[in-house]
Amino acid sequence: MTEHLPAIQVMIPIVGSLLIMLIRNNTLNWLIGVLSCLSVVFCSITLYSKVAISGAISYAMGGWEPPVGIEYRIDELNALFIVMISLASCIIILYAKNSLNNEIRANKISVFYSMYLLCLAGLIGILSTGDAFNAFVFLEISSLATYIMISIGQDKRALVAAYQYLIMGTIGATLYVIGVGLIFVITGSLNLVDIASRINDIELMRPLYASLAFITVGIALKIALFPLHAWLPNAYAYSPSVGTAFLASTATKVAIYLLLKYLYLVFGYNIIYSNPLFMIVIIALSLAAMFGASIIAIFQSNIKKLFAYSSVAQIGYITLGLGIANYNGLIGSTVHIINHSIIKAAIFLAIGCVVYKTKETSIKKLAGLGRTMPLIATCLTISSISLIGVPGTVGFISKWYLVLGAIEQGWWLVVISLAISSLLALIYVGRVIELIWFHEPEKNIIVIKEKLPKEMVIITIILTLATIYFGIDIRLTADLAKVAVENVLLAGDIL
Amino acid sequence: MSELILILPIILPLITALIIKFLWKFERIRYLILIAGPILNIYYISKILTQFNAIPIKLDLITILSGLNISLGIEPISMIFLLMVNCLWLIATIYSVGYMLSNNEKRLDNFFMFFSISIACANGAALADNLLTLFIFYELLTLSTYPLVTHKGDELSKKSGRTYLLILLGTSLCFFLPAISYVYFLSGSLDFIENGLLMTTMGVNSISNLQLSILLVLFIFGISKAAIMPFHSWLPAAMVAPTPVSALLHAVAVVKVGVFSIIKVIVYTFGIDLLFDLTIVDLLIILCGFTIIASSIIAIKQDNLKKLLAYSTISQLSYVIIAILILTPSAIIAATLHLIAHAISKITLFFAAGAIYTSTGYTKISEMDGIGSRLKIVMIGFSIGALSLIGMPILGGFISKWYIVESALDANRWFIILVIVISTLLNIGYFIPIIYKVFFVKNTSKKALKKLPITINLAIFSCCILIILLFLFPNFFIEVIKNEF
Amino acid sequence: MNIVSNLISSYNYYIIIFLMISGLFIVVARGNMMKKLVGLALFQTSVYILYISPGKILNGTAPILRDDFTIYSSPFPHVLILTAIVVGIATLSLGLALVIRINEEFGTIEEDKLFEEEL
Repeated sequence: MTEHLPAIQVMIPIVGSLLIMLIRNNTLNWLIGVLSCLSVVFCSITLYSKVAISGAISYAMGGWEPPVGIEYRIDELNALFIVMISLASCIIILYAKNSLNNEIRANKISVFYSMYLLCLAGLIGILSTGDAFNAFVFLEISSLATYIMISIGQDKRALVAAYQYLIMGTIGATLYVIGVGLIFVITGSLNLVDIASRINDIELMRPLYASLAFITVGIALKIALFPLHAWLPNAYAYSPSVGTAFLASTATKVAIYLLLKYLYLVFGYNIIYSNPLFMIVIIALSLAAMFGASIIAIFQSNIKKLFAYSSVAQIGYITLGLGIANYNGLIGSTVHIINHSIIKAAIFLAIGCVVYKTKETSIKKLAGLGRTMPLIATCLTISSISLIGVPGTVGFISKWYLVLGAIEQGWWLVVISLAISSLLALIYVGRVIELIWFHEPEKNIIVIKEKLPKEMVIITIILTLATIYFGIDIRLTADLAKVAVENVLLAGDIL
Repeated sequence: MSELILILPIILPLITALIIKFLWKFERIRYLILIAGPILNIYYISKILTQFNAIPIKLDLITILSGLNISLGIEPISMIFLLMVNCLWLIATIYSVGYMLSNNEKRLDNFFMFFSISIACANGAALADNLLTLFIFYELLTLSTYPLVTHKGDELSKKSGRTYLLILLGTSLCFFLPAISYVYFLSGSLDFIENGLLMTTMGVNSISNLQLSILLVLFIFGISKAAIMPFHSWLPAAMVAPTPVSALLHAVAVVKVGVFSIIKVIVYTFGIDLLFDLTIVDLLIILCGFTIIASSIIAIKQDNLKKLLAYSTISQLSYVIIAILILTPSAIIAATLHLIAHAISKITLFFAAGAIYTSTGYTKISEMDGIGSRLKIVMIGFSIGALSLIGMPILGGFISKWYIVESALDANRWFIILVIVISTLLNIGYFIPIIYKVFFVKNTSKKALKKLPITINLAIFSCCILIILLFLFPNFFIEVIKNEF
Repeated sequence: MNIVSNLISSYNYYIIIFLMISGLFIVVARGNMMKKLVGLALFQTSVYILYISPGKILNGTAPILRDDFTIYSSPFPHVLILTAIVVGIATLSLGLALVIRINEEFGTIEEDKLFEEEL
């Protein structure tokens, strides 16, 4: 049984998603969702412990041996991310019930749960598959589910946001497929391990570079790497709060993993460094994200958009680590993927609580939140402070590694940029915090629900505490990331 | 007694803060708690002091990475700093009870809560045994004083609060933190080590002068709590806070944590021998000299008494730093002495300014003609504080200035002596006219005075005693530090 | 001469590039949401050809395993593209559904007018 775990953990959410579409009872469907997520968590943790003991696992889907058949390959790195994604989705769906009941129409709730699970299945699929084309299929499965989740949002602008994301997302995925097609033409294989072993013998470099470019740009669209981020702020702002939290903490992160995999495990150092310009472009875009998006964030008037732009900026940190590309830089990236998803989940769930009570997302209307909802305001404050990277919070850990990596490379400009972008984060976070704690509450806010459901508050608090806990005890984040980077990314031999 | 006693100076103020917040409605005991917190703290600190004479102690709280941990420890300078902050906390608490009540300030529970939390952070910074711990408490101190700066809640205080946060957090994130990570990169550790971390792990030859210069500049500018120009403008901005906050935090705790951090970094991270030949030190001395003189000149122009005192603080802080940068053991002692002398003198001046405001509502110097005859104790206290800062013998400020001049002479730093002479003249230029005005100019207005609460007078009186005691017994401090060098 | 022979020998790629670029151009340049989707479909179609055309071998037959044939086209791309077509249809139909809903809510599917209304 356990040898089929890689397939099972993708199948569970798919089956759950289908079941939900058949049953039209919201509470029952929520239960199915929770159960599926819980079992995925269980599977992923079991799988991680297996991988941690015995090394990477290769699973031949349907019994067709690779390289012809589709291979699922679980190593320390993607096993870690699968655990992270499944935990995040589990925590968020536990929170979802009342929030969704309040935010979207009753007949759409089942659809939302179904798409939630489908998206989860797609994300886990992307993480675990070792086949280039299969990754595309899962990418589209998760994206389609995401478009629907966004369009369910109550604001009618959600439809436009979903449409925009659909256009951008499809272009991205298609560019990715073009890249994969070029590799397929050159190497005659779609299995990533196989490609990696053949790619160094190839003498015709031009199509190889073309495919590298297509794949990078395609995935960058999914990552929302600056300046390809245009879809993200609207998508985050208008989807239901639960959807935003889920997207922010999982979807972009998985795309980043895919990029990481292609750069370091498929193409490998020799090719991505054969032209130094490539990495310079990635670093320049990351820095542009850190500055540009942070500056835009300062001027936002919608709290969800503010933190959406902050996500774009934080993604810049992660890709910066890819660009720094030494031991510490890669650990920084990996750990920031985890840490940022904790932070953003905490922030957007806290915002979800505010929306539950007042349906307001404009920043001005948050004034005096410290008096009307002290607990949630505290959570929001703490988790936004960890965005800045104050020591004692998770944000510090990842930035610490990034700075160390940059110093090791001798890139002082990057070190300074990291510092200045923290300052920009301080400005946009400080604006929110000042408004929350030091302004009088607005008079004309209509309170829709008096009392927050307990589970929403508790989960927000748990995630907030996690942003502090993992800033102090890094055994479960940075240490595991270290193992993953050592064993997978820097294993010497490719894959 | 175990090492756990080290955590008490941090925990006790926090507990005080919590109790104050939750038991504020019981009017009878609230002031008891307020006073009990500092007294208990001083008791335990003196206990640590006696224990410390026997063995150096260290307490590791949390290890994040190897070499990256949160730990507490104690050495002579931090001991003195700790004692000073907590004694003045006691006095300031006594003062602020009277002040806040007579001025009808709102939300007293919040005020005293954040007041205690700030003290906890200052104590934490004093006890920090490595750069990371120092940095964390440094940042927490900024955050916990921010609500005090914006306590009034009007537009001006919010704007000042923004400046305050932006400069303090901004410089520490942009300069201090990169400097810390560079130290970690170079030495693999952040601990404060006797003779200096970089000196011991790297030695003189394996680290280039350029690297050292960059690091030093990053640290000096990163620790902007020390208010060296051009990162000084947060301090005048912070003067919108109620006077007890300006007195204790912006004359003692916050700014002194800045200076203290610089001392720690130079002595225990670099090691004074490592920096001795650097050109950058000379440049920094010139910058400090500029800060001293420029801020004194600005101070002369001020009409708002608290603003004047703030600029005077900026110049006095640079005194301490200029003394550190002489980089001899005797200069470090002089710097520490001046840190204490300035703290006590400046808190007296602020107390007096607050007392004037409480009693008359005046904040401008031009309004204060002849109030000396009616506020005798207050204005005598003000004069003692001012004269001490100028460096009059029989007052504490004389001793520290004397030591600074002496060590500058030893090191042949004529520039420093020149700066001190000019700035003393400027000190006279902005303090003496005030003293003259309040005592010898005839009062024209017939405005009725509010009677001052006894606590305010008591606080000012005890500060004056401390100033004189410092002159009489400086050896108490000097002996403690001398053991270290 | 060289250019012409190059053009003829790999004419399929030029068609692909033409389709790709015109598809992308439509997506970028048109404000009508419907037309954008058409462009998107065109863009995706170019990829189908990109996959399938290299699989064709001159004089080869359909991939049927029989002793009579020795040369046959690779079946692999066809399988992949079948999947891709399914994905493409799903995307297109979802896109169309969204356009219908947008038309219901906003009364227009021109992006210019939508943004006017939004901002």
